[in-house]
Amino acid sequence: MSFTHELIKLVQQDRVGKYLLSSLLAVSIMVPVLNLLVPESSSLHVSTYVVTLLGKYLCYALLAIALDLVWGYGGILSLGHGVFFALGGYAMGMYLMRQVGDRGVYGNPELPDFMVFLDWQELPWYWLGFDQFWFSALMIILVPGLLAFIFGWLAFRSRVTGVYLSIITQALTFAFMLAFFRNEMGFGGNNGLTDFKDILGFDIQHGGTRNVLFVVSALALAVGYLLCRYIVNSKFGRVVVAIRDAEDRTRFIGYKVESYKLWLFVISAMMAGIAGALYVPQVGIINPGEFSPLNSIELVVWVAVGGRGTLYGAIVGALLVNFAKTFFTGALPEVWLFALGGLFVVVTLFLPQGLVGLYQQTREKYLARRAV
Amino acid sequence: MCIHHTVHASYRNMKMLAVMFKILLFIGSLVSYTAAMAAQAEDDFVSGLTQLTQSDFDVKEQAIKQLAETDDERVGKVLPAMLSGSLYYVKADKTIVYIKKTDDGYALTSVLENTSLGVVSKRKIKKITVNNKLRKQLSGLIAQRGMTHHDPAVRLASVKNMISQLSQADRENIQTQLGKEQHKDVIAALNVALAMLDAEHTDKQKQLAAVKLLAESNYPESRNLLKEILIQAKAADDTTLINQVSMSLEKIQVRAERYQTIETVFFGVSLGSVLLLAAIGLAITFGVMGVINMAHGELMMIGAYTTYVVQLLMPNHIEWSLLVAIPSAFVVAGLFGVAIERGVIRFLYGRPLETLLATFGISLILQQLVRSVFSPLNRAVITPDWMSGSWQINALLSLTYNRLYIIVFSLLVFVGLLMILKKTSLGLHVRAVSQNRTMARAMGIRTEWVDAMTFGLGSGIAGIAGVALSQLTNVGPNLGQSYIIDSFMVVVFGGVGNLWGTLVAAMSLGIANKFMEPWVGAVLAKIFILVFIILFIQKRPRGLFPQKGRAAEN
Repeated sequence: MSFTHELIKLVQQDRVGKYLLSSLLAVSIMVPVLNLLVPESSSLHVSTYVVTLLGKYLCYALLAIALDLVWGYGGILSLGHGVFFALGGYAMGMYLMRQVGDRGVYGNPELPDFMVFLDWQELPWYWLGFDQFWFSALMIILVPGLLAFIFGWLAFRSRVTGVYLSIITQALTFAFMLAFFRNEMGFGGNNGLTDFKDILGFDIQHGGTRNVLFVVSALALAVGYLLCRYIVNSKFGRVVVAIRDAEDRTRFIGYKVESYKLWLFVISAMMAGIAGALYVPQVGIINPGEFSPLNSIELVVWVAVGGRGTLYGAIVGALLVNFAKTFFTGALPEVWLFALGGLFVVVTLFLPQGLVGLYQQTREKYLARRAV
Repeated sequence: MCIHHTVHASYRNMKMLAVMFKILLFIGSLVSYTAAMAAQAEDDFVSGLTQLTQSDFDVKEQAIKQLAETDDERVGKVLPAMLSGSLYYVKADKTIVYIKKTDDGYALTSVLENTSLGVVSKRKIKKITVNNKLRKQLSGLIAQRGMTHHDPAVRLASVKNMISQLSQADRENIQTQLGKEQHKDVIAALNVALAMLDAEHTDKQKQLAAVKLLAESNYPESRNLLKEILIQAKAADDTTLINQVSMSLEKIQVRAERYQTIETVFFGVSLGSVLLLAAIGLAITFGVMGVINMAHGELMMIGAYTTYVVQLLMPNHIEWSLLVAIPSAFVVAGLFGVAIERGVIRFLYGRPLETLLATFGISLILQQLVRSVFSPLNRAVITPDWMSGSWQINALLSLTYNRLYIIVFSLLVFVGLLMILKKTSLGLHVRAVSQNRTMARAMGIRTEWVDAMTFGLGSGIAGIAGVALSQLTNVGPNLGQSYIIDSFMVVVFGGVGNLWGTLVAAMSLGIANKFMEPWVGAVLAKIFILVFIILFIQKRPRGLFPQKGRAAEN
């Protein structure tokens, strides 16, 4: 009872959040309806391809708010958040791999195809349990969380901050990429995990499953948003913002800065893991390229473009940049990197608060003029 | 008296004339004799060559012997060609030719006149075949000819070649050669060969002495021979021999391990030099100015592409292209750097995280620029001849020239940069601005200009690093990306704002990497290094050599 009460209060206080959540709700009803009920001949029909694409964007948006939580509010610029996303993705990929069973190319009921190919005799110990969904779901949250905990515990305790932290997070994801490229690691090496068949017994290629995954992604984004909003509005969130603005002062007042940063980092990593886990069944593959430092930096750009420290800015940025990416790489592939690079420069130079900041400024100016 | 004198004089004159005549005669006969000899030699060469077309191997053997005895220059080419199976004759007129396979048949070169005879089809020619006996004869003769060559390097090579296929038949040959040889390396190699023969001697004393001598040899063949002898000695239960052989083997083993270590250190230092080159420009922009330049790798890429363009512009002087490329790359990359600084970075001082994003955007633009201008494919940059090859120190240790040059080059760049920072007025201004910007400005230093120059300097050095990298890796749009993380690791590990720290960090990371590689493989070695640095930063957040005093405050 008090939980619903708090939730309602949370949403009521958040003007933009209301629009955001209601449009998410609208989209997650509209898209499946337009896909499943409207006949293909109609111009209103949304193809399954588009449903999957939108689902992918929503996963990116969830990842973006996870980063905004640590960067926009905590002031921790992680250049390696892709590592948590990819780990969540691999955990989901391992579950999907085990669901393939004996329907693989080699028809081995126990071992995934790449292991048979590499002449492995039995399943490595760290693959055990991934045939169970509940176990995999637990790992999707625990593995990125644990990594973030260990890394953050070491880094924040020794007061590694700013640029140094950014660079070692980048080194972290780079190290993971190199490691996952190795066949000996037992995660499919270069090719990663792919050729999934079904999830929880439903055919992964089926349009209906795609729609369900889309709706689940939208739901996850909404819950993630509310969770982040709850965190930043709480006392914990206020301390975190204080740390961002004046770390030393906060410490002198008596707050245990390390713990605040650590828990923020861990929660963010878990959210990134969930985003990765929802992403993998929709795109149908996870490979070490997801660990690439470039991906993590691109993620930072989404948040920067949208406007950091607002949460909805991150969502806007993720959706816009990825839509632009899909458009440009299809229509004008040569222009995409120019556009993305230019976007970086323009946003950092002229829009330090991102698009959301630009909107707010214009709006304030307009209101001020009207008041006069 | 006077008459007598005259007579005597004329007699003397006559005698002189006679002597002169005799000398003339002698010279004449000598000339005709040598001419006759030369003609004889030519005849012998031609007839020997002609006999090679016979199918009878005994005739061929005689012919080869005859050819070798003529001492003709051309023999030096005929025998190896015969051994390698590229000596043919034309079926129609039995002309002996060298062949070379081309796209549309076989290109012929006359053995006698060394002139090209055009391209013919396989059916027109026939191979001069050899059997095992002839092969042995040929390689023996080639070795013998090689050992009497005037160039000691050729003699040494032929002795080495002989060591690789030694037989007791060579003993006589070696001993004659040892009597004549002057060059100490060749003597040493001959002694090894002799010792290898003696090591299989039936005389115990001689065998033991030879085995002892072989402990000093670095040739893998002599090591293998010792291992064989050890097996035989164990079979025969010959304790003295077993002890002596094991002792020699152990000595060789110790030496081999030492050379292995030297080689690993060398590889490590050369990797460290590459890291140093890549990181040193960053040490300036990141360390001194506090700017995180993610486009640093792309500036290196620009340097590498400058090398490529320079080579395109001077295709006939590839040997010199690198010398032109180094200053060009410095200027080109430096100009790009100044443009980046003036266009973007100067608006972002004091906001390091934002420079990181903006310069990353620039790096994407530069990558795409190169893709659009040149192509997404790798470009071929030519390595000049003087960069290839290796310095053969002994049979176990050789150092490649390109790595040696890179080491020297990176140290030169390092010292040069250090000098600029310590000895020039620009360096003084750079240090002043990096320590206290406002104070420096108050003292009349044009900080904006210093910023642009510093960034240009760092970028120019990245360009120079690109020239070096173009000799080591593929020149493509992704060249920069593969080095950027390594460069940051080096700078952070060494301690920001400290060039010496960068040097120590680059070298130690390079050497550590190369020492780990044989144990765990290249990829794991790199992962371990990354994890080590991540953990190291926890322990010492400001690197190996942190800045002290006020400059370290922020």
